[in-house]
Formats: sequence, C-alpha cells, structure tokens
Amino acid sequence: MYTQALNTVDTASTVEDAEREAAFQGRIDAEEKIEPNDWMPEAYRKTLVRQISQHAHSEIVGMLPEGNWITRAPTLKRKAALLAKVQDEGGHGLYLYSAAETLGVSREELTEQLLSGKAKYSSIFNYPTLTWADIGAIGWLVDGAAIMNQIPLCRCSFGPYSRAMIRICKEESFHQRQGYELLLTMCRSSEEQKAMVQDALNRWWWPSLMMFGPSDKDSLHSAQSMAWKIKRFTNDELRQKFVDATVPQAHFLGLTIPDEDLKLNEETGHWEYGEIDWSEFARVLKGDGPCNRQRMKARRKAHAEGGWVREAALAYAEKRAARRAAKSAAA
Amino acid sequence: MKDQLFAYVLRLADDAAILGQRLGEWCGHAPTLEEDIGLANIGLDYIGQARALYTYAGEIEGKGRDEDQLCFLRHEREFSNCLLVEQPNGDFAETIAREFFFAAFMLPFWTRLKASRDETLAAIAAKAEKEAAYHLRHSAEWVIRLGDGTGESHERMQDAVEALWIYTGELFEVDDTLATLIADGIAVDPEPIRTEWRETVARVLSEATLAIPEEGYAQTGGRSGIHTEHFGHLLSEMQYMQRAYPGLKW
Ligand SMILES: [Fe+2]
Ligand SMILES: [Fe+2]
Repeated sequence: MYTQALNTVDTASTVEDAEREAAFQGRIDAEEKIEPNDWMPEAYRKTLVRQISQHAHSEIVGMLPEGNWITRAPTLKRKAALLAKVQDEGGHGLYLYSAAETLGVSREELTEQLLSGKAKYSSIFNYPTLTWADIGAIGWLVDGAAIMNQIPLCRCSFGPYSRAMIRICKEESFHQRQGYELLLTMCRSSEEQKAMVQDALNRWWWPSLMMFGPSDKDSLHSAQSMAWKIKRFTNDELRQKFVDATVPQAHFLGLTIPDEDLKLNEETGHWEYGEIDWSEFARVLKGDGPCNRQRMKARRKAHAEGGWVREAALAYAEKRAARRAAKSAAA
Repeated sequence: MKDQLFAYVLRLADDAAILGQRLGEWCGHAPTLEEDIGLANIGLDYIGQARALYTYAGEIEGKGRDEDQLCFLRHEREFSNCLLVEQPNGDFAETIAREFFFAAFMLPFWTRLKASRDETLAAIAAKAEKEAAYHLRHSAEWVIRLGDGTGESHERMQDAVEALWIYTGELFEVDDTLATLIADGIAVDPEPIRTEWRETVARVLSEATLAIPEEGYAQTGGRSGIHTEHFGHLLSEMQYMQRAYPGLKW
C-alpha cells in the first residue's frame, strides 16, 4: 500500500522556459520516461515528491495494523505469511523512499514530515484490526484497492516511480490473493468464522472505497496529473473498477456487501454503489480517525527509541572510516 | 529411544518457535526500516525451522499431532525451549545480544547435526546452517557497532551482555535424554562446541570493546519445562486464537 489521491493544491508553477516545458510535455506525450537527471518543471517534481512520499509513508504506517496480529496468528503457516507480508510492505516503503530521493529530497526529511504530522498517509490505516478476519480483509480489500490504484502507475512518466511500482504491484497482488484465500478458508470452516469475516467486511468496505480519494466532481487538479501521466484514470473510474471486481468475489464467499443501494446495472455491466460518507473521510484525513493518534504515537516511539541505535551506527561508521584512512596513510 | 528423539526434536522446535515469536514482536517498531526488514527476515527463518521440526516431532510421536497442535496446544510446563530465547526483547541491544549468543551456538551446532544418523534432522540442519551463518553475521556486526559506537550504545550493549550471560550456560547442558541420543550418533554433543562458542564470543566482544563477563552461575530449567516468568505471557499471546476457538481451520 498505498497511494491515495489526497488532492492537495499544487503551488502554481513558476515561470519556466516555455520551450523547455513544451519539449518536456512532448516527451511525455511520446510515452518516454523522465529520469532523475532530466530537466523537469518544478511543479512536476513537487507533485511527484508529495505523491511518492505519501505512498512510502502509507507503506510504513500500514505495517502497524497488520503487525498487531503477528504474535497472535492462529497457525505457524499464517504467522509466517503475515510476517512476510508486513516485511514486504516495509520493503515497498524502502523502494519508494529511494525513488523519492532521486528527486533531491532525503529520507530523513521525509521521515521528519511524517512524524511532525505534516505529511499525509492513506486514511485506511487509521482503522483498527480487531479480529483475525481483519488480516484477510486487509489483504483482499486494501491490497486489492492498492493494486487498482497502482497498476496504472507502472506506466507513470517518472522512470524510478514506474519501475518501483512494477515490482511492488507483483507483491501486492500476491498479498491480495493470500488475503482472499484466508477469508475463503474461514468462511468454509464454520459459521462462527464466516460471521467474523462478514463483520470484517462491514467495517472495511467503506474505508476501502475511500482509498481512491474524493469523487471526481470534488477533485481539485487531476487534469495536470493526467497530462503529466502521473495519473491515468480518475478516482471514480478506479473506484468503479474496484467495486466491479470485488462484489462478485464477496458473493463467492457468501458475504453481503454492507450497502443497501448496491445493484448491478444490466446495461452498463457496472455495480452501482451508494453514497460514500465523505464527512468520515474528511474527518479521518484531518486526524480524527479511530487510530490516527495511536499510529503516529507508535511511529514516533519507534523513531525516538531507535535514536541511540542510529547514532551508534553512524559513530561506528565514522570511526571505522577514520581508522582505515589512518592505516592507509601509514602504509 | 522414540521418546528421547521426540523430546529432542521438540526442544529444537521450541527454541526456534519461541525466538521467532519474540522477533515478530519487533515488526514495525525497529530502530530503522532496514532492521524492521532484517529482524523479520530472521524471525521468518526461525518460524520455518519450527514448522519443519514440529512436523517431524509429530511424525515421531505418531499420535497425529501436527505442527500447530504442538506449538499452540501445549502448556507452559511442556515447552522445552532454553531460557535464553524466551527472554523479552528489551531494547535493541538485548535483542542483539540474545541473537548473538544463540547464533554463535547454533551455527556450529547445525554444522555438526548435518552428520546425524537421523536423515531428517541432517536435512533440516543443512538448511538451518546457512540461516544461522547469516544470523551470526548480522548480530555480531551489531554487537561491534553498538559496543564501539557511542558512550550510550556501549553501555547498553555491555548491560545486555551481562543481563543475558546467565542463560548461556544452558546451551551446553547435557541431560539423560541428550546423553542417550549422543551415544547413538543422533544428537550433537554440545560440550566440544563450548570452546568454539567462547572463541567467537571473545573475538566479537573484544572487537566491540566490551568486557567478557566472568564465568558464573548458569540458570537452567527450560529443557524440563521450568521457565522464567515471561514465558507464560508469551504463550498466552501466541496461543490465544487456538485456545479461544478450538478445533477450527484457519
Ligand atoms: Fe505495499
Ligand atoms: Fe501489500
């Protein structure tokens, strides 16, 4: 996980050389990849840094709700799968911070922005994992929504981001299948477990739909991102794809989607869904979700408690370099 | 003979499962992102070892118990892991010291177990040996970095070494079960490993500018199910699902 279209307003681009901008747009239109050392408009760089770092932060914060169940996984096989999954998410964070660093911003700066609350991360991780079924629901729905968002990003115009996405998407789709299989096993095992899965779906369905960001009619600036090929589909298009793919999967499990207005439009072939509670979305993004405070507290605590370790590693590396220099000077 | 082999394989399985459980607690809370990934990696190795060993133990026992029944449905007094692996994570230095002391034993242990007359154990050992080599390298590098890092890290690393030292003697303990299997060419005699272990520890601690603790009293008991007070809490968390929802498939 996980990008989320958060639609912060871009700063107006400064006066750039019109010719260079036209040439840049020409390369994008020709589906050429932009690489870190290529010239790019300042607003393009800023948009990418914001999006990639939000995505990286989401991977890192996203380790917490699932990490909550590693020590309580019901079987050794599930424990290993969950630990490996959360580890993958950490790896995604790492590739993404590296991709952001190619744009001239350091991981320390980005971490600082997360810990100070200045940077955003996906709203979905501010919901709690209450039962084991939530682990399956996250894989199925949250990784599933992430894939919908991220598959188009494999063709993003910025080379390092698109390459990171190709690698990440492969793992996310594995996570999604694994989550679904977990739920299938529970649904087939007993009524009690199936009820646990239904409860998880009830709690995760709407927050998953919110992962695609505000509705197109309220979207501030998709047009520029579309032209730059940082975005290829609108929020509502991606959300619809997700609903269309997921509803039959829920039915296969014998579950009910918690939406009374959900119905199949026979003509379009799309599942039409009810109104999303955008006030909840806004509230969670602003910081008043069920777990925003705990998530930030956990990240700050890990960072603060790890401070002496990072300092020691740095001090040791410096000492060692100095010793080597002294040795080669003496030789 | 069958009973002794079952007990022996369970000890190895319990060591791996409990240390894997402890390492899983770190996930998402480590000092750096790289260590979050690194500790998870090591934890995964241990869980993998535990699965293979529990499965084999279940076969030896022949009562139809699988890896999960052995891991999640035995009581505290039935667990026979050594006391070292159940010790709480503490700060990062304690986690590293625990890993280092254990891996410095397990690497030569697995190397020798590859020659066991028991083919299943020999095969498990061949895979585990490579993993233990990485665990030892990872932890030894951190012992050196922390010992020779800053004043604070030196002090924390020294404290961690002192705190866990009392549990290292148990690694070399030989009881009747073990003696029988050693005589039979199945189990590894830990006594000859002692010298190698001491050398590894001395080399790494001295490079880390840390003091090597004096030989002292060795707390034992884990192999006969007498654990430290931390252990019951670890089990109540680890076994929660299987206890709360018995007999279901997950
Ligand atoms: Fe991810
Ligand atoms: Fe994922």
